[in-house]
Amino acid sequence: MSEKRLYGLAAIFDTPEKVVAAARAVAGRGFTKYDSYSSYPIHGIDSAMRLKRTRIPFVTLVAGLSGAVLLVLFTWWTNSVDFPLVIGGKPYFAWPDYVPLMFEMTVLFGAVSTVIALLVVWLNLPRNSHPLHDTEFMKKVSKDRFGICIESDDPRFNEIETRRFFEDLGAESVDSIYDEPVDISLRQKVLDPKFIAAIVVVAVVSSATTYLALNKMLLIRPWSSLNAQFKVNPESRSTFYSDRFGMRPPVTGTVARGHLPDPITVSDNIAAAEKYLVNPLLPTPHVMQVGQRDFNTYCSPCHGYFADGNSRLQGQFPSPPSLHTDSLRLAPDGLYYNVITNGFQGVMPSYARQIPRKERWAIVWYIRALQKAQNPNGPEAK
Amino acid sequence: MSSATTEEVIDYSVTPPLVEGNPSLAKINDSIALPTERWPSKKYFAALSVTLTMLLIGVVALGYTLYYGIGMWGNNIPVGWAFDITNFVFWIGIGHAGTLISAILFLFRQRWRTGIARAAEAMTIFAVMCAGIFPLIHLGRPWYALFIIPVPNQHGLWVNWNSPLVWDVFAVSTYFTVSLMFWYIGLIPDLAMMRDRTTSKVKKMIYSILSLGWRHANRQWQHYEKVYVILAGLATPLVLSVHSIVSFDFAVSILPGWHTTIFPPYFVAGAIFSGFGMVLTVLIIIRKVFNLEYIITKDHLDKMAKVTLLTSMMVAYAYLMEPFIAWYSGSPFDWYTVVARATGHYAIGFWVMIACNVLIPQLLWSKKVRRNVAVLFVISLLINVGMWLERYIIIVTSLYRDFLPSSWHIYTPTIFDFGILIGVFGLFFTLVLLFSRTLPVVSMSELKGVTEGAHPHHNFGAGHE
Ligand code: HEC
Repeated sequence: MSEKRLYGLAAIFDTPEKVVAAARAVAGRGFTKYDSYSSYPIHGIDSAMRLKRTRIPFVTLVAGLSGAVLLVLFTWWTNSVDFPLVIGGKPYFAWPDYVPLMFEMTVLFGAVSTVIALLVVWLNLPRNSHPLHDTEFMKKVSKDRFGICIESDDPRFNEIETRRFFEDLGAESVDSIYDEPVDISLRQKVLDPKFIAAIVVVAVVSSATTYLALNKMLLIRPWSSLNAQFKVNPESRSTFYSDRFGMRPPVTGTVARGHLPDPITVSDNIAAAEKYLVNPLLPTPHVMQVGQRDFNTYCSPCHGYFADGNSRLQGQFPSPPSLHTDSLRLAPDGLYYNVITNGFQGVMPSYARQIPRKERWAIVWYIRALQKAQNPNGPEAK
Repeated sequence: MSSATTEEVIDYSVTPPLVEGNPSLAKINDSIALPTERWPSKKYFAALSVTLTMLLIGVVALGYTLYYGIGMWGNNIPVGWAFDITNFVFWIGIGHAGTLISAILFLFRQRWRTGIARAAEAMTIFAVMCAGIFPLIHLGRPWYALFIIPVPNQHGLWVNWNSPLVWDVFAVSTYFTVSLMFWYIGLIPDLAMMRDRTTSKVKKMIYSILSLGWRHANRQWQHYEKVYVILAGLATPLVLSVHSIVSFDFAVSILPGWHTTIFPPYFVAGAIFSGFGMVLTVLIIIRKVFNLEYIITKDHLDKMAKVTLLTSMMVAYAYLMEPFIAWYSGSPFDWYTVVARATGHYAIGFWVMIACNVLIPQLLWSKKVRRNVAVLFVISLLINVGMWLERYIIIVTSLYRDFLPSSWHIYTPTIFDFGILIGVFGLFFTLVLLFSRTLPVVSMSELKGVTEGAHPHHNFGAGHE
């Protein structure tokens, strides 16, 4: 236990007039570490104590504005960047809809930070260890008296003189307030078996409840009722249909999206297809680019980048022919389309699954360009 | 004046003293802290047993609802909103009078609010708590309520910022937070006073923790008062925004009878009207049960009755405007809704609502009625009934005859709907009773500040400096 220390002198006054006058006199004497006490705010005592205006409103202003700004940024990021979603035909960033929320966030941020700033930063609360707590002085002030307390830390403080000064001001009583610092050794507290036991109990109880809630409770009704619905799941048995399958086959003739059959079934009548299929695309730069990309991706491993058979797989596979022969140069576009769609002679596989129709035609254009580039004066040029 | 009896003669040219009999500061402490220090009377326990029974009924009805799902209610397409949303709007509205009294009247320097502000604020908080239950249970699976909070989730989805229902969540939770802080900040000095006067060790510990070690020091008061003004300034537009946003839930839809621009002001006026009705009910009970007649005086009741009358007329104006606009717009659907309201299946509710909200409050023009506590109590109860019906009529009569006649449907509430309704009233009044037993129902520090001679030179100005 360390020794009692004089915290200050506390005077009690019986009327608000007297305490305001006393506060003015204390401030006039040049005291700085003092405060006046009353169970309600008294008008005029701020100027008597020469207090400066509080700056808390700035906290409200800054926090409130940042609430609005953060809300706008957040709505913009969530609905325009992270998961762009069209709602009701409005733009991603539909700012008029955010105005009510901007207002709410201004108020929320402003109010919460003002209160936290007041309590924690300005008033330094919570603090129940102040020497004035539990004193007769505090009890009187809190009931119907008014008080002033000058701290002994004040450079002008002198126990005898200050006491006389208070008495001259008409104080009803003057008390000495003592500070009794309590020696708290944190280490001891932390290693206290009771404390450790409490921590263990809390840990066990909270993890057990979490476990039970997540692994047991969620599996019983009503929490599980989402899983226990009366509906037919795929692969499940049905008593309704004669074939006992819950899952129904699609209606005959159903076509999957993007899988409309070709106008001329290429595999049926290859000769006709090669003759009558016409490249529907024009050789625009975009088409050529797509053709090049797809040729390099799908065809070049075997046929080589220039379609001359000089490829990365040479020697490991039946060598494909050069596509620059006269007969191939004279062959119709439909032949190429047909080869890509159905493969060739069981050696070259079909690419119908990998390459959409339009892109096949783009590849044909690209092959034509390669042929021209190798043989500018080939037979088809005439 | 001649018609009034002698004790009822009031000279309105002089402001009456805010606290009757000008009690000493010590007396204020004693009398306001008394209910928290004395073992409560039989009256109190009788009241508590009634409210707890009501609460229990609600818990049972709610238990059934949660276990079997909201199929226990009468709601069915197209009347998907019924008792639940009616209760939500009703309770949010009740809360608004509390904020109006504590924040708006504070900003307008209406010092008579002192005697009633604390109780009204508590009422706000309890009402918002009651209101908050309903959107939750309306979900059917309340444990999915988290989906409306914009936190990262396994779906990668965010909330729909364009939806008034999301705004509602933000508005109501902001409202609750700010009201709670406002109330708590107001309580801190009083809790410190309770701490300093109590003799029980346990109570002292509780009050010490709750009062955060407040010391009544002027360097604390200086900042404290500023913060109180700021909070009042923030709460004032907040309260207007909350019921406007609640009204958007309706007005933003395209349903005839909901899709009107008058809804935000109409809802705010209605909220204040119903709230004042409830404040009157609660305060008349509190002043009677705890003998606080000299602090919550007849002058207070008189003034609140005047606000009630004013807001009643605003609501009446909205009642007139609705049919007018329906007729003037030439929309047959709107007009049909108006006619269906007044003559359809729910016509009784409609006319009771008109009687309770428009006709009966007209009695408040008479000073005699305003100062007759018993009559005022009955009127306040009728206003509660009327305003509950108003929300019910708005919701159900717009839904039960929607655009598609094939889906028309008469809604009938089930016993579970009524059970939850009773239960939430039980919850509210239980909370009010517990509050008035455990915390000072009137702000002692504010009350001290408005007694005669509380400030040097009798300088009454609501501001500090
Ligand atoms: C797996 C290696 C391989 C890939 C990949 C490949 N081919 Fe072939 N291709 C061959 C072989 C091998 C032949 C020769 C088959 C034969 O002569 O029996 C051939 C033959 C051809 C022929 C000649 C047909 C004829 O009538 O002589 C054309 C045209 C052709 N391929 C186009 C392509 C196109 C276009 C692609 C890209 C979509 C492609 N090939 C991808 C292996 C491949």
